[in-house]
Amino acid sequence: MEKLSFSALLRFVLLKLARLGLLLAAVSAAAFALVSYSPIDPVQAYIGADVMRVGAEQRAAIAAYWGLDEPPLARFFRWASALAGGDMGTSLIYRQPVADVIGERFWGSLLLMAAAWLLSGVIGFTAGIVAAMNRGRLVDRIVRWYCCTLASTPSFWLAMLFLMVFGVWLGWFPVGLAVPAGALAAEVDWLDRLRHLALPALTLSAVGIAPVALHTREKLLDVLDSDYILFARSRGESGIRLVRRHGLKAALLPALTLQFAGFSELFGGAVLAEQVFSYPGLGRAAVEAGVRGDVPLLMGIVLFSALFVFTGNLLADIMTRLIDPRVRERGMPK
Amino acid sequence: MLEIAGLSVSFGQYVGGFRRRDIPVLNDVDLDVDAGELLAVVGSSGSGKSLLAHAVMGLLPENAVVRGRISYGGRTLDESLLRKLRGRELALVPQGVSYLDPLLRAGKQALGRQRGLAAKKRVRSVFRRFGLAEQAEEMYPHQLSGGMARKVLVSTAALGGARFVIADEPTPGMEPESAAEALQALRELADGGCGVLLITHDIEAALKVADRVAVLYAGEVVETAAAGEFEGTGKVLRHPYSRALWQALPANGFRALPGVQPSPAETASCCSFAARCPIAAQECAAGKPPLRKLRGGAVRCWVAE
Ligand SMILES: Nc1ncnc2c1ncn2[C@@H]1O[C@H](COP(=O)(O)OP(=O)(O)O)[C@@H](O)[C@H]1O
Ligand code: SF4
Ligand SMILES: [Mg+2]
Repeated sequence: MEKLSFSALLRFVLLKLARLGLLLAAVSAAAFALVSYSPIDPVQAYIGADVMRVGAEQRAAIAAYWGLDEPPLARFFRWASALAGGDMGTSLIYRQPVADVIGERFWGSLLLMAAAWLLSGVIGFTAGIVAAMNRGRLVDRIVRWYCCTLASTPSFWLAMLFLMVFGVWLGWFPVGLAVPAGALAAEVDWLDRLRHLALPALTLSAVGIAPVALHTREKLLDVLDSDYILFARSRGESGIRLVRRHGLKAALLPALTLQFAGFSELFGGAVLAEQVFSYPGLGRAAVEAGVRGDVPLLMGIVLFSALFVFTGNLLADIMTRLIDPRVRERGMPK
Repeated sequence: MLEIAGLSVSFGQYVGGFRRRDIPVLNDVDLDVDAGELLAVVGSSGSGKSLLAHAVMGLLPENAVVRGRISYGGRTLDESLLRKLRGRELALVPQGVSYLDPLLRAGKQALGRQRGLAAKKRVRSVFRRFGLAEQAEEMYPHQLSGGMARKVLVSTAALGGARFVIADEPTPGMEPESAAEALQALRELADGGCGVLLITHDIEAALKVADRVAVLYAGEVVETAAAGEFEGTGKVLRHPYSRALWQALPANGFRALPGVQPSPAETASCCSFAARCPIAAQECAAGKPPLRKLRGGAVRCWVAE
């Protein structure tokens, strides 16, 4: 009765793949269009301080070398066909294949985002449950106050606040960079890494707690008002065990969906946090690529982040189907 | 065993922001159920039957205001006693599928807090008794028909070893045989020494198993009578509404009573049945009639004798 037929699963996968293809095509076209209207001259950005020593001829040579002398549309199609062959191009500023730059930089970001994601998820969910179980009492009011305050605080401002309080005044955490400046890679141990990760991850998760907590609280309150909770109570169930048996699964669903669907906010937040804390991840690479007109790298990161956000939404979708029997039964395809 | 005296329930609501108004739903209800007795509470939809059940279980919503006294085995049925009795001596069979956890399979749901193989076997045998196939144990509530859901709910009471069972409309949606089986199960519980409060709007079905019947109208008990007094033209019945209910049945003439049941708020200071009463007399204007004892039963009417 609940078994998924193979053809339904296949249809689900094909549908999602088609959607992903369309998304990536649309995103890259839009990003390329925006970049080609950017006032930044990539050659100028590339030359940088050497501007006095580089003549017009050399400039033209550089432009030709990068293919910058062609019209934007031609450049787009050249980029796209190379991409179709698996080549994401070469980064202008790192002078490395874009795939390598992303591969290297992504691990730093992933660590940061994973830490923030887990922290905000676990803390937000717990806070939501505790608030709902104590509706109207002090804990509930504190949780709601926190969430509302955080929701109206710009995250870069919070990042700077954390930096000042914990990094500068209290000196608990280093102020920037993923590793101590000038240290050899081998000397960087895990503890150091963690210490550098702490502030950006905390900032990022502090913002992420609010939506999870509020949605969890809302959902659990609905459940607690339901007929089936009344029946469970009539059978002597109460307190934490009642919530664990009848409320957790139901409350987990919106929380997980929200967390997975929130990959875009997570990525956006990471870009900001990496900038403020000079944490070398993909976000900082994106900002540099934008500022210095590194089109291949920027496009690569845009595509990669689209893929990342898409994956989050896909996971949210699958999660919903796995947990809720009512949705599960309707089968995989929407 | 269970005694309800002067139970009134109202809901506090804020009107216009600050003024609090109480909307009454049950008014001055007196009932008692002995061990081994099955009392049917009949009344049409909206007369407050479910709220009566929830009030006894101590599970009314937070904005409910409760007055009166409910006692069980001679002791006041307060929160601390309820905490000991719920899930053990006291069982509620609620009204429909919405009382089942949508994310929990039926078998697990029937088990409740019980664990172990013996308990699982009991679930299986009780399910079989009510005509629920073994597959039903693995089903989620949304996959059950209304009748199947009620069977699962009835099973929970038959499983738990309760001494007092409140069943709120346990049979609608079941096939006639299963409905009869479910009512029979309640009768057997009573014969085994349980007190049973059967709440229903189906007076015909209730009479097959009940010892006594209490008729609820607009949040009030208007009559309690022995089940056997519902017979013939209903002339031994005490209250005109009971008689009207009886005569509205297909077998007894199918004479429907015109008009609709008022809300308790509209009839706070007069007989709640006055607007529809075929025998209303001058003395009926004297205010709300009290529930008084009459010929072994009770009636809330100035005129009845
Ligand atoms: N939480 C509530 N707040 C306000 N009114 C309520 C609430 N619950 C029930 N009522 C009202 O109480 C009356 C009796 O409800 P109920 O006991 O469910 O009737 P029955 O079970 O006899 O059909 C209805 O008119 C209903 O609108
Ligand atoms: S008190 Fe009067 S109006 Fe009310 S039921 Fe009796 S006869 Fe009818
Ligand atoms: Mg009801």
